[in-house]
Amino acid sequence: MRRCTSAVALSFAAALLTVSACSKKTSPKKEPAEDKSADKGTDTAAKQPEQPAGGAQVEVFSWWTGPGEQEGLDAMIADFKTKNPGIEVINAAVSGGAGTNAKAILANRLQAGNPPDSYQRHAGLELADDIKADKLEDLTSLYDQQGWKDKMPKGLLEAITIDGKIYSVPVNIHRANLMWFLPKTLKELGLSGPPKTWKEFLTQAAAIKKKGKTPLAVGPQWTQKHLLETVLLGELGPDKYTGLWNGKTDWKSAEVIGALETFKKVLSFSDIKTAAADWQPAADRVADGTAVYFVMGDWLDGYWGRAKKMAFKTDYDVAPSPGTTGIYDFLSDSFTLPKGAKNHDAAVKWLEECGSTEGQDAFNPQKGSVPARTDADKSKYKDYLAVALKDWQDPSTKIVGSLAHGAVANNALNSEIDTALGLFAASGDAKAFAEAVGKAYEATK
Amino acid sequence: MRRFGSWGPGLLLVSPSLLALFIFVYGFLGWNIRVSFTSWRGLTPTYNNVGLANYAALTADQRFMQFDVPHIAIFTLVFVLGALALGFFMAMLLDKGVRGENFFRAVYLFPMAISFIATAIIWRWLMDNGGGASTTGLNKLVQGTGWSSFHSDWFRSDSKWAIAAIALPAGWALSGYVMSLFLAGLRGVPEELREAARVDGASEPKVFWHVVRPMLLPVLMSAIVILAHISLKTFDLFYAMDQKNIKIDTPALYMWFTTFDGGFYARGATIATLLLCGVAVVIIPYVWYSVRAERRR
Repeated sequence: MRRCTSAVALSFAAALLTVSACSKKTSPKKEPAEDKSADKGTDTAAKQPEQPAGGAQVEVFSWWTGPGEQEGLDAMIADFKTKNPGIEVINAAVSGGAGTNAKAILANRLQAGNPPDSYQRHAGLELADDIKADKLEDLTSLYDQQGWKDKMPKGLLEAITIDGKIYSVPVNIHRANLMWFLPKTLKELGLSGPPKTWKEFLTQAAAIKKKGKTPLAVGPQWTQKHLLETVLLGELGPDKYTGLWNGKTDWKSAEVIGALETFKKVLSFSDIKTAAADWQPAADRVADGTAVYFVMGDWLDGYWGRAKKMAFKTDYDVAPSPGTTGIYDFLSDSFTLPKGAKNHDAAVKWLEECGSTEGQDAFNPQKGSVPARTDADKSKYKDYLAVALKDWQDPSTKIVGSLAHGAVANNALNSEIDTALGLFAASGDAKAFAEAVGKAYEATK
Repeated sequence: MRRFGSWGPGLLLVSPSLLALFIFVYGFLGWNIRVSFTSWRGLTPTYNNVGLANYAALTADQRFMQFDVPHIAIFTLVFVLGALALGFFMAMLLDKGVRGENFFRAVYLFPMAISFIATAIIWRWLMDNGGGASTTGLNKLVQGTGWSSFHSDWFRSDSKWAIAAIALPAGWALSGYVMSLFLAGLRGVPEELREAARVDGASEPKVFWHVVRPMLLPVLMSAIVILAHISLKTFDLFYAMDQKNIKIDTPALYMWFTTFDGGFYARGATIATLLLCGVAVVIIPYVWYSVRAERRR
């Protein structure tokens, strides 16, 4: 009898475990529903009179919960509400940097056939899996109807067109190929300016190292991948770099292997051995003067300019990463229209908002990025953003997509590159790296 | 066949949980094994049959074979032995009768209540490998005791054994638990037996070896099983310590990243199946042992 009760107790415990495991999985799904009921109490009550065919809503899924981005999203939602008073926006944001948590939850929802009405993805090939799995609607006609094709740069449109169709609406544009530094530190070291090529960087770096400073700060693995892409871009140039992602540049060619060797040398002048745990602490090393350069996207401007209250140009400055003057290595957050969206029409309205001048001008100054449209209101963008906007709107700027941030490689290739990069960090074998990535490109095409 | 009245209510009571157990544990286990024989990649499930192709590919996978498998073996070895030794040592100390034993027991048990994520974030700082002016954490602590040339790179060391450094926080978290297991085992040894041995003229080490040790064997076995399976499935500790650093990559991490970052569902399922086999290697001998022991009784 005793054994019997212990068996009962055991199976109870097991059941409890499974139940708690299940509730963990579903809880993120529940949140939006709770938000909805909370919203109803306040918002719709106030707007009841204007509400047309009652109860329309749109669930917007993103990972914008951090400072700056959340305010940006709120500003865009507020603008959407004034244009579409009858539609209630359900903000289903999942926290976690670069969408690491959001993406896993989204994958579950897509597989379960329960997509949000519109969800955030990095524009470009990060969408390829969703398209292949037939989860997304083609938005090309929406682009034609709204005239967006004339309002966004050709290079951007090319980068987000997959098999002749466009599946998402880019809201913002970030730039990845930037090198950040303090003018004060350069002056102290007697350097006239940031390096124009990676070769010049290596010469500078040797001198900096002798003076006891770290030439280049790096952070966790993804910042190293970010650095890899800027070295490849700087060494190969925009056309060959883009060729890496469409099969026109051979990964095993001498040129690519040479660029990887340069990357290895660049890394040897970094603090990779004692790398910071995240990109902000890595930037802190530059800010406190122990490290000199940091290759990072322009979200760093928000961190230094706003959070740290440093002044652009006087306290800190930025230049295109070596060898990439006149090139805009972009990444973009975009919104989609999943097949089977419960509120299809409201979702289209949301996408119209995402692509509108007002929507983009409401969001971007808060987020610290520039609008994808080139006809944005320049007066809203100050300091670094003014410079970035000028470059973005300059028709002679070459536009390429970012690897580390999902524009040029699909998820499968990106994760295989992670593996290859890890093995490269351990072995330093550039040829094996190039071969592995070349093979992964063919296998995941 | 006994009357329904004697076993029926019991069965009814457990049937929901039994059902849940079979669906959510064994059902999903079977499903996972099924997926490991397919070529499923991306968001659309594919249920074809590619035989053992995924397993063959994994044996040729450099990351899996040259990094993950040796890593998890090293980690398991250091972590299990370390936690056992430390836990046993603490249990022996407490068993000798310390004042405020309850207090110490709670103190040593507390780290287990902290999630591995929080543990990792604390220990990431403790095991920081900055040199010179930016020396901090454990390195600074050891240097402060007078050994001024001490400097370890911990899990960022170039050595193949770098992952062994992670056994430190893992052992820190679990050794209190092992301690309480051993303490219970030690308390379970009847005082009369020890006294009888002493009366017969046995020295204290002999009392321990011939009287106490055999009675601790079942405790040791369950401690090993618990620690070993925790070791194989540990994910959050590595994940929060230094994401995607190949020096601390394990099969569990590879499984997660390849499945949810890359969409290689079949490969992820294959790694999961192999992990299950790894756990089975530990659990099955234990189950066999305890069933046999029960029968003998």
